[in-house]
Formats: sequence, structure tokens, C-alpha cells
Amino acid sequence: MAAAAGIDNEAKSTNVLRLWTDERARGVILQVVVLVSLAAFIAMIVSNTLANLERAGLDVGFGFLDNPAFFEINQKLISYSSTSSYGRALIVGLLNTLLVAAMGIVTATIVGFSAGVLRLSPNWLVSRLVATYVETIRNIPVLLQIIFWWTILIELPKVADSVVIGGGIYLNNRGVRLPAPILEAGFGWVFFAFLLAVVATIMIATWAHRRHDKSGQTFPVFWVGLGLIIGLPLATHFALGQPVSWDVPVKQRFNYTGGFNIVPELVALWFALSVYTGAFISEIVRSGIMAVSKGQTEAASALGLRSGQTMRLVVIPQALRVIIPPLTSQYLNLTKNSSLAIAIGYQDVVATGNIILNQSGRSLEIVGIWMLIYLSLSLLTSAFMNWYNKHISLVER
Amino acid sequence: MTVDSQNTGRAFYRKQADLLPEKAAPVTSVGALGWLRTNMFSGWFNTGLTLIAVYILWRIIPPIVDWVFLTSDVEGVDRFACTNSGACWAWLDQRIRQYLYGFYPADQIWRVNIAVILLFPALAPMLFSGMPYKRILSWFSLAYPVIATILIIGGLGLEPVSTNRFGGFMLNLIVGLSGIVLSLPVGIVLALARRSQLPIVRTLSVLFIEAVRGVPLLTLLFVSNIILPIFLPPDVTFDSLVRVIIMVTAFSAAYMAEVIRGGLQAIPRGQYEAAQAMGLNYSKMMALIILPQALKISIPGIVNTFIGLFKDTTLVILIGLFDILGIGKAMVANPDWQGLGTETYAFVACFFFVVCFSMSRYSVYLEKRLDTEERR
Amino acid sequence: MQTKFMLSAFAAAAAFGAVGLSAGAQAGTLQDVQSAGVLKCGINTGIPGFAFTDDAGTWQGFDVAYCRALAAAVLGDSDKIEFVNLTGNQRFPALASGEIDVLSRNTTWTFSRDVDLGFTFLGVNYYDGQGFIGRRSLGIGSATELDGASVCIQTGTTTELNLADFFRVNGMDFEPVPIETNEEARTAYLAERCDVYTTDASGLAATKSAFDDPDAHIVFPEIVSKEPLGPLVRQGDDEWADIGRWTLNVLINAEELGVTQANVEQLAAGTDNPEINRMLGSEGEFGELLGLSGDWAVAAIKAGGNYGEIFERFVGTGTPLGLQRGLNALWTSGGLIYAPPLR
Repeated sequence: MAAAAGIDNEAKSTNVLRLWTDERARGVILQVVVLVSLAAFIAMIVSNTLANLERAGLDVGFGFLDNPAFFEINQKLISYSSTSSYGRALIVGLLNTLLVAAMGIVTATIVGFSAGVLRLSPNWLVSRLVATYVETIRNIPVLLQIIFWWTILIELPKVADSVVIGGGIYLNNRGVRLPAPILEAGFGWVFFAFLLAVVATIMIATWAHRRHDKSGQTFPVFWVGLGLIIGLPLATHFALGQPVSWDVPVKQRFNYTGGFNIVPELVALWFALSVYTGAFISEIVRSGIMAVSKGQTEAASALGLRSGQTMRLVVIPQALRVIIPPLTSQYLNLTKNSSLAIAIGYQDVVATGNIILNQSGRSLEIVGIWMLIYLSLSLLTSAFMNWYNKHISLVER
Repeated sequence: MTVDSQNTGRAFYRKQADLLPEKAAPVTSVGALGWLRTNMFSGWFNTGLTLIAVYILWRIIPPIVDWVFLTSDVEGVDRFACTNSGACWAWLDQRIRQYLYGFYPADQIWRVNIAVILLFPALAPMLFSGMPYKRILSWFSLAYPVIATILIIGGLGLEPVSTNRFGGFMLNLIVGLSGIVLSLPVGIVLALARRSQLPIVRTLSVLFIEAVRGVPLLTLLFVSNIILPIFLPPDVTFDSLVRVIIMVTAFSAAYMAEVIRGGLQAIPRGQYEAAQAMGLNYSKMMALIILPQALKISIPGIVNTFIGLFKDTTLVILIGLFDILGIGKAMVANPDWQGLGTETYAFVACFFFVVCFSMSRYSVYLEKRLDTEERR
Repeated sequence: MQTKFMLSAFAAAAAFGAVGLSAGAQAGTLQDVQSAGVLKCGINTGIPGFAFTDDAGTWQGFDVAYCRALAAAVLGDSDKIEFVNLTGNQRFPALASGEIDVLSRNTTWTFSRDVDLGFTFLGVNYYDGQGFIGRRSLGIGSATELDGASVCIQTGTTTELNLADFFRVNGMDFEPVPIETNEEARTAYLAERCDVYTTDASGLAATKSAFDDPDAHIVFPEIVSKEPLGPLVRQGDDEWADIGRWTLNVLINAEELGVTQANVEQLAAGTDNPEINRMLGSEGEFGELLGLSGDWAVAAIKAGGNYGEIFERFVGTGTPLGLQRGLNALWTSGGLIYAPPLR
């Protein structure tokens, strides 16, 4: 524009204006402005923080994580006692978060896929029922649902009236008590056999796949693999004379002790998250299946595939491509929603961190740790799902 | 057909009289029975599913009806007045005002009511096309946030009401609506920044979006309550409600940005190129050509984000504000009403269900409308 | 339409911003409170007897009454008050940042809070200690027999720490059931999710009294900690701390001297007891020395009565909580409640 006006007209006073009308220069200016104001903002926060901490006589640092925690945690996946450190308490909390997130992801997926398929069922009653479930659950805050399930679960039979399920399993409103395996010498071999079976199954699957590509012959990989993975360790187990004994729960004065206890807080949270996220996943699955063109199904049946095979080999693989990206964000939502555990006293990383925050007053550090943990969990989950998505995505020739 | 003609030795047609008289369809395939059979009892698998569904309904519905209506109590001044085995609704007439308005001064509640009533004409031009008086109404929509803020907080001769007295469902609505109104423009800016050519702007936008989406809202609320005082100069404080609204807005703006980015990506390159060929600069291109299309296709996603935001307003109870769930929990801490958790949660759930379900129905309606518009 | 929507959003943002940000003047808290015309008081989010809402939605309770008395003393009106409900982890940041002027939220006076966190405690208005409540049917009479029990705790306080210490010292195991709010902790205890519930003894009595069958439960004799509860302010504003401290002292002295909500007006006209006269302003200028009006103490007592009246109204034997005065009786009746004299 300015070039057309000629160099003669180019007075020095218009240089600034020219800078603004030039797109690239404007971009640079804009970015510099953004960067400078951001830097100023951060500088202000940092200086305020330092001044405030100075005024209150506090310092920032993670040394306090080595101090003893002096509080107990009711569900610990690693050894922990009230004399362990704050840091260890946080790790126990983190493992509890991971546990409920993993359990929730598995069941929410199962619930979601079943509900999604059932909602498309030709059965009027069933599809209406599933639709009611989805619409009701999706529109009620998950926090409310978590609190609700917890109030239901603590109304289960009391310890004295525990339901005896058999095999040393007891159910009451303090949870499900299960026998815990005690591994003795030689169990390492059973574990080794299990690993061996897994490796063998993978190799068989690869071989069967290659053979199928070449000759079209199929091989029952699933059943053979299942047999190997269950059978081989089991055989080793018996061959070595059962190197496992069981820590069976025993009724004491107040509680069953021994074995492993699944606390009702975990179950309530797990249940609420599965049901809630399952409703969202079912919608994703439904739209994923509906996105697969009807021609695919017709073509599959024209090839002579049975309806189960059509679903498994034709519809689902194509639907998955639509399903995976939104499914990933549901998994992330579930993990993040597990932080609501604090409302019912499940001791996840937020709840344990909150106790530490109250006792030590280290708010900056604790909140920083929370953010870091959830951010890494989100990034890891996204990375895995992206990898999986790439793995199954359409390979165009 | 050839077989037929050979056997009969006749032409390929029949006379009307030779045809068998038309029979009525079997009772099992028409009417209610036929419908039942094709829809619910075709095959053993389907029948099994139906039986399971009927069993579930039978186990769920009668006890609920019984508990809610048949064996419930509705009158009394405390929980001891409830003598039946079912639900105790006696608190409703005593406490309903708190559930709706929190601690808002009783003689000023009319202001909240007016603000809620005015909400409908303010929303109408945005929600539905073909409204009469659209021009006037949309100017009203523009002014509504200011009008409502003045009505609720006070000013211009109205007695000021401190935000600490906000509570109940009104608080959910305030946090939810403010979050909705504020997060859309922020989300648009973030989405545009993320697709910008400028590397620094783009990087900052990506960092913000991913950081906010990566952490739970609860930790952001903790930040607003525990960390923010450390970040601010001494003696400068933010109203706690405003802090919550800022955090909720930031949270849902990050999600909004991703929804809108999806919409932007769906706009064909040709649209950009055509706009540039017309000589439009960036802001005009975006405001006149790209955004109107992109926003239109992202509306269902935007509404879903709104629904999520509205449900998330219950989290404020974890930082000591009294929304409708918090009022309920405070009520059951009162000795007169303790132990009425289930009644409270059911009551609160109804409110959210009505609002969120309406929003999701609206989103379905929009999707259908957009679909037909596409086909035109 | 989008443009209009965005414009309206910015208008709303501006409106909210104007409401939201407030910078307190650097002057003393007293001047800030007086110029704002309202006292900002931090209280619990709900604990029976100490901070709860009545059916009209007004905050009431033992902790709330102190705030009302302070508001009356400073501003002459016990309703010129803004309650800020705070959870356990919010209360100290809120006080430190100036979001509230005084914190009256069943807070234990401890060394680290007084010294390390930089607050000034104004005195003790309730002597408490952590105890246990359990079912009589357990057949035990002491908390030292609780080996292996499940224990409900309200989190966010020093309770977890005391509990873990007690069980460790006595060589016992327990399963903690940590619950965020008092209400849910009680729900869990009643459902027998846990064998015993531990919190401050005042809370235990409140809890027990509210049960349908109080006699089926027993409060164990062991008190495992000292919990002196009281109001607190930011360190460094001695003028404001004096006002808060002496408002509390006036309430206590009023009980000792027989000044009640009913007779305070009449006594303020002048009596033959110089102590009462000094307190109520008919002799001397104690109010002016604090920077308040001469009838500050009259207003404080009129707001909710003297210490004893407040105690009886919200937590005493006539209430569902049914707390005995115990340690919280006046020193003249064998308790620990003792206020320095006004002279």
C-alpha cells in the first residue's frame, strides 16, 4: 500500500503509522505488548507474594515434606503410619487418587458402552429406560451424586450384622473385607509363569495375524491366550505346592481385622463417578455407532459376517475413531472429578493435602503440588490416548 | 412366476375373484400386542432385556412414589412432627426462602424476583429466531447484565446488599449466569489466539488452556480462596463471590475455547481466502465471516459447556459459600431438621435437573434447526 | 448478535469488577470498620450452637454472639455486621489478607497460630478439649479400650493430630474415618460407620443431645487435648486487638457483676457499684480511651446479654446442646472464666 505511494511521500512522521499498517510489524508489536504486560503481571504477583510472606515471616520450600505427618490415613496402598512424613502421606493420597480413577475409568467405559449400545436397541422399553438413566444422571451435579451414594452406602448392615459372602469375605457399612494373599517363597515363579504366558500370547497373536494376512486362516488367539494366561500360572502354583497363604479377616471387638478392606467412601466415589461418566460415555458411543454408515453393516452382512462379527470387526473399529477423542476428555474429567472425594472423606491427594495444609500452613506449596499432579496425570492420559488414537486411525492408501 | 403359469396353464394374471379374501393381520402383529411383540419380545434376548427392565422399574418406582408422596409428612415445625415412615417435607414451607434466596434480606427479595423475571425477555432474542420486536429486545439483552447487577447488589437508590448474603439457588444462578456470559467472549479470544499466526500469543493461549483444563475446578477454587490473598498487595481484597466467578469463568473459558476452536477448524479455507480477497482485514474477516459461522456450528458444544458450568456451581460449598446444596447441608446440621439428608438431596437434584435438562433439550432443538438450515 | 452478546459481557465484567475489588485504607482496623459502617466477621460454615442459621436465615450462635457484641460496641448496632463463612483451611488466609476484621470460629489458641502465623488471640471464650463419644452397647467405659476401633473425625482441625497421638501413645490401632463437616460426621456415626466420634467435648455434648436416644451413648472420661477457643485478630494492630479483647472482658465482667441484657439500660444510669459505673460509662471515659463512644459496653451487653446469658441461650442446659458450664463457669463458681477488671 505504502509502496504504491512512492518513496518521496514517505515522511518520517508517518513511519509509526506505517508500522501499524504493516501486518507483520503489527504482529510483533502486539506480541511484545502481550509479553511485557504478562511479565509485569507476574512480577507484580511475585513481589506481592514475597512481601506478604516476608510480613508473615514465612518461607517457601519443600523441606517440610520430610516432617512427620502425625495423622492417620484409612486406606493406604503402601505402608504408612502417623509417624511417616508429609511427603509419604501425599504419595499415599496420590495412589488413592490413581486407584479410584483407574477403577472408575474401567467401569465407566463398561457402563457407557453397554448403555450406548442398549440405547440403540430396538427394544422400546430398554432404550427408554437407558435414555432416562442418561438424561437424569447427566443433569444432576456429580458432587450431589457422590454425597448421595455415600449416604446410601453407610446404611448397609452394621458390623455385627455383616453379610457373610463366603470365602472369608464380609460386607458391612465399613466396607468389603477380603482375604489378603500372603506370598511365600516360590511365588516369584508363579509370577514369572504369568509374565511368560503374556509374552507367549503376544507372540502367538502376532504370528496368527501374519498368517491370517497371508493365508486367510484364522486362529482362536483369544481362547488360547486366555488359557495360557490363566493356566500356566495356575499350573506352576499347584506344581510348587501352593506357595500362597491367605490372611483371612477375623472379627475382633470392634471390626473385622486382617485381610484387605475396601472402604465405602471408595465405593461411593467409584460408583458415582462410574455412573456419572458412564452416562456421558454412552452418548459418545451412541453417536459414534450412528456415525458409521449403514452401508458398512449391509456390506458386512453381504459378505456373510454374523451380527456379532459385524459389530466387532466392522462397526466398532470405525466407531472408535469417532469415539476416542471425546472419550479421552471424559477420562480426564473423571480423574479430575475424583478430587471431590474430599466431600465424603475418601483420602485422595486433595484430602490428604488439605490436612497437611491445615497443619503446616504451607498453602502455596500444597496447591502447587496438587496442580502439578493433576496436570501430569492429564498430560499422561492425553498422551496415551493420542497414541492409541493414532494406532487405530484410518491408514489411507 | 414361470412355475405359477406352468402349473395353472393360464396367463400371468389372476382374476380378482380367484384371489383369497384379505384376512385381517394376526392379532399378535398389529395394535398394542403387535407393537409389544415387535418392540419388546422379538427373540429370547430381547424378551430377557424387557423382563429385566420391567423388574428394575418395579423395584424402583413404587418405593419412590411411596416415599415421596404416600407415606410422607408435609406439616410440622421440626423433624419430630414427621411420624410417617416416608419422606419428611415439613421443612419446605419453613425453609424454602433460604433454599431459593439464601440470606438475602426478606424485604428486598422482590428485587431478585424481578431480575429473574426479566431474564426471560433478555434471553429470548438470543435463544429463538423469529422473535417479534427483536431489535428492541436485543438492546434489552445488552443492558440486562447491568440492570440485574444493580437490582441484586443495589445502587441507584436501592439499598445495597452485601454479597455475603447471597445464597441458595440464587447463588447458583448468579455464578452460573455470570460464568456463562463472561466465559463466551474469553473463550472466543482464547480460541482465536490459539489459532493465531503469532507464536507468542499462540503459545500463551495453549499454555493457559491446557493448564486450566488439566486441573480440577476444586483446586482452582482453593487457589482463589487460599492463594489469592498471598498474591495481592496487603489490604486489597476481592469479594469472595467475584473470586469464585473469576475462577469459574477461567475454567469454563478454557473448555469453551476448545469447543470454538473445533468450530473454527470446520470452516473451509475458502471462506478465509474469499474474505481476504474481498480486502477484509483480520478483525473484519473474523467478526463478519468466520466467527458467525464457527459459533453457529459450535452452539451445541457451547450449550454443553454451559450445562457443565452450571452443575459445577455446587462446588462452592467446598469453599464455604452457601449455594442451594450448602443451605441444605446447613439445614440438616440444625438439630430441628437433622437426618433429612435424602430429602434435601432429592429436592436440590430437582432444581438442577430442571435447569440442565431444559438446556440440553434446547441444544437438541438447536441441532435439529441447524440441520434443516444446512439442507436448505 | 455476537457483538452485542460480547458487549453485554464486558459491561457485566466491568460492573462486577467495580463491585469486587476493594482496597482497605492503610489506617487502623477500627477506622476501616467505622468508615465502612460494617464489621466483617469470620465464622464457621455451620456447627450446632456455635454458628447456625435460624429459620429466618439469620446467623446465630455462641461464636456469632461475640461478633454481634463487638459490632454493637464499635458501631452501636449489632446488625451492622457481615458474616463470612469460612472452612478450616480458609480461615487464616482470610484473616491475614484483611477479608475479615475478626475471626470468631471455634479456633484453638495455639503457639504456632499466635506466633508463627502472626495472629493475636483476644482471650478464651470457651475452654474445650477433645473427647470421644461411643455407644453404650460397646460395653466399654474408657477411650483406652478402643484398640482396633473405627473413629470418625471432623477434618481440617488439630483433631487428627491429637487422635493419632493418643492412639500411638497408648499403643493402639484405629481406622480413621475423616469427614469434612460436622453434620456428615454425625450421620456416619449414627449409621455406625464408626464406633466412636471424636471432636471437641462441646461438640460431643451437642451431638449427643441431638440424638433421638441420648442415653444409648456415652462420652468417655478421657479428654485428650486442651482446646482453649477464642476470637482472634491480625497481629500488629494493638488498638483493634484492645477493643476486641475488652469487649470479651466486658461480657464476662457483666455476668460477674450481675449486669444483664434486661437491666443494663437501667444500670447505665448509675449505680452504687463503681466497677459497674466505669464499665457502663457513667463514671470515667473508658469508651473514649478505646476510641469508641461512652456507651460501648452498654451496647455490647444489650446486643445479646452477658457471657452467661449468651452461653445459656445458645449452648446451655436449656438448649438442645445442654452443655454444663463446667470449666466455663465463672471463677467465682469454680470455673476458669476470669476477666481482668475495668479500672
